[in-house]
Amino acid sequence: MNTHAQQKPLVVVENLVKHFPIKIGAFGTESAVVHAIDGVSFEIYQGETLGLVGESGCGKSTTGFALLQLHKATSGSVKFDGVDLSKLPAKDLRAMRKRVQIVFQDPYSTLNPRMTIGEALSEPMRVHKICPEKETQQRVAQLIRDVGLNPNVANRYPHEFSGGQRQRICIARALASNPEFIVCDEPISALDVSIQAQIINLLMDIQEKYNLTYLFIAHDLAVVRHISDRVAVMYLGKIMEIATKDELFGRPLHPYTKALLSAVPEADPDLERTRKRIILQGDVSNAIDPPAGCRFHPRCVYAAEICSQSIPELEDHGKGHRVACHRLAEIEKETA
Amino acid sequence: MTKLLEVNNLHTRFKVRNGYLHAVNGVSFSLDKGEMLGVVGESGCGKSVSMMSLIRLLPPAAQITEGEVFIDGEDITNASVSRVNAIRGSKVGMIFQDPMTSLNPFMKIGDQIIEGIVYHKKIARADALSQAAKYLKMVGISNAEHRLGEYPHQLSGGMRQRVMIAMALLNEPSLVIADEPTTALDVTIQAQIVELVKGLREKLNMSIIWITHDLSLLAGMVDRIMVMYGGYIVEEAVIDDIYKSPLHPYTIGLLKSIPSLKTEAGSRLPSIPGAPPNLFTPPTGCPFSPRCTYKVDRCQSEVPALAAVPGAGGDRPHRVACWVDMRGRGVEQ
Repeated sequence: MNTHAQQKPLVVVENLVKHFPIKIGAFGTESAVVHAIDGVSFEIYQGETLGLVGESGCGKSTTGFALLQLHKATSGSVKFDGVDLSKLPAKDLRAMRKRVQIVFQDPYSTLNPRMTIGEALSEPMRVHKICPEKETQQRVAQLIRDVGLNPNVANRYPHEFSGGQRQRICIARALASNPEFIVCDEPISALDVSIQAQIINLLMDIQEKYNLTYLFIAHDLAVVRHISDRVAVMYLGKIMEIATKDELFGRPLHPYTKALLSAVPEADPDLERTRKRIILQGDVSNAIDPPAGCRFHPRCVYAAEICSQSIPELEDHGKGHRVACHRLAEIEKETA
Repeated sequence: MTKLLEVNNLHTRFKVRNGYLHAVNGVSFSLDKGEMLGVVGESGCGKSVSMMSLIRLLPPAAQITEGEVFIDGEDITNASVSRVNAIRGSKVGMIFQDPMTSLNPFMKIGDQIIEGIVYHKKIARADALSQAAKYLKMVGISNAEHRLGEYPHQLSGGMRQRVMIAMALLNEPSLVIADEPTTALDVTIQAQIVELVKGLREKLNMSIIWITHDLSLLAGMVDRIMVMYGGYIVEEAVIDDIYKSPLHPYTIGLLKSIPSLKTEAGSRLPSIPGAPPNLFTPPTGCPFSPRCTYKVDRCQSEVPALAAVPGAGGDRPHRVACWVDMRGRGVEQ
């Protein structure tokens, strides 16, 4: 899927900003602003999976939510199939929602405990008038089969299912309205290790079957590498690097991406014994008062004066590999 | 090597509304002085409960019904409450999973850290605080004297976990039990904590039990690994044996199903079918048998004992609980 030149993107996010005003101080007397995402731009092509990785609080979930208009963006635009979702009237946006769906992280809290599985799956079909009423049950059964469960579960309630089965049901519910695009917001993080592979495989199978496009949000780099075509790395509300999977994992350029990759443990004792880790100092800065210039500069070993003064733009370094770093040329020379 | 810890046939169960939940079903293992042991398994496999049973740190509904635990040759299972308290305060340190909730939000960092030694060692507060500052520096907290007067909410997650580690080390324990200490942390902070613990272990020569659900994390850290499933130890070996020649179908399946930065991306992952057992209605026989692709008739009726595999493992035995001989059928890498 590297022939993007002739392809038209399905989703185009431009300069998306989301700030949350909050109250701080002992009695909530001071106002402050959480800079959750601060000017994020990317595009997602038809049929591909864009992985969005970063540590907690970097704004990756907020990006997914703002993209779906579940958060109203502070500024910037989200175009889906050429239509700017942020300017769409509520009625048209509702109609658009059947084309864009989401699978949430926690399958325990995102299924209504008082609705049977069949009810949960047929609701979106009725709302969006996906099929004639008499075909609904048949379609519910088909969806349940698609996600690897037995159709007789339609009459049962969520509490009767394990975490992995519930996530399968959530995936079936996302599929119910026949979407083209699904945001997967950490869909395997809450599951047991031995179940995660099942859900990754399922997501890949249904993507093939229904020709879906994914935004796959996760903090686990190995999982993102496995499922994505392209990957964007976020840090404190900004995209630091975006590239095809092979480029990003084979030739990481941003100092943060390099540190992130080197922090991933591998199930190989020989490799771990010889591996040189880049251990980042300190913690992620506060999103209420993000550092000036490059957001990563307080933790970056290569930081120079310019890094604290101006914000680096994402620049193309060939093959669609875009990196936001002032000192990239110097770093490349130093580490060569 | 001398043994620090010896556990024989430990059983722990929880009293629930209509019966018992059998969380730990006969766990036996030992730990050498200075050794680092990884305990790995999924949620509900009994890894935390079995390790907390070692120092009887259990909720009221839990009962240890059988088994013996010796720490430094002393039997803990029949020791008095005050004796167990003394052991907790001197020989065993604990690091918990969630540094956000394990610290008292109303207490200054310094007071929380020294609470243990002031109680157990009866030393003066000022001396205890200077000790605490020393340990905070050791775990990489700058400006330690100043931090002692701060409250937990003023520290980040990684810093709080460092405080928890300093607190566990202050009594100079010979054994530290770390229960998923990095699960709540980001991967770059996890790498910081892992480096820190590896360094401290060398410096202080303690034994460490590191409980986790992340098999990859242990590869660069521990000497030996115990894999738990459904309240049983299913496999135990030194790390090279676990990763290079695993012998239990669960370990084999788990290793194959974890995507790594080296596996072929985009392909389907070999996954383990089914879900972990429900401990209210555990399967008869081997707990893994309902999900096992190698199972034979015997697996569904009898629980296999954890036994050393002849010819496998070097000077440390490679123990497996499986009726099927898996040698040569695993993931020889």
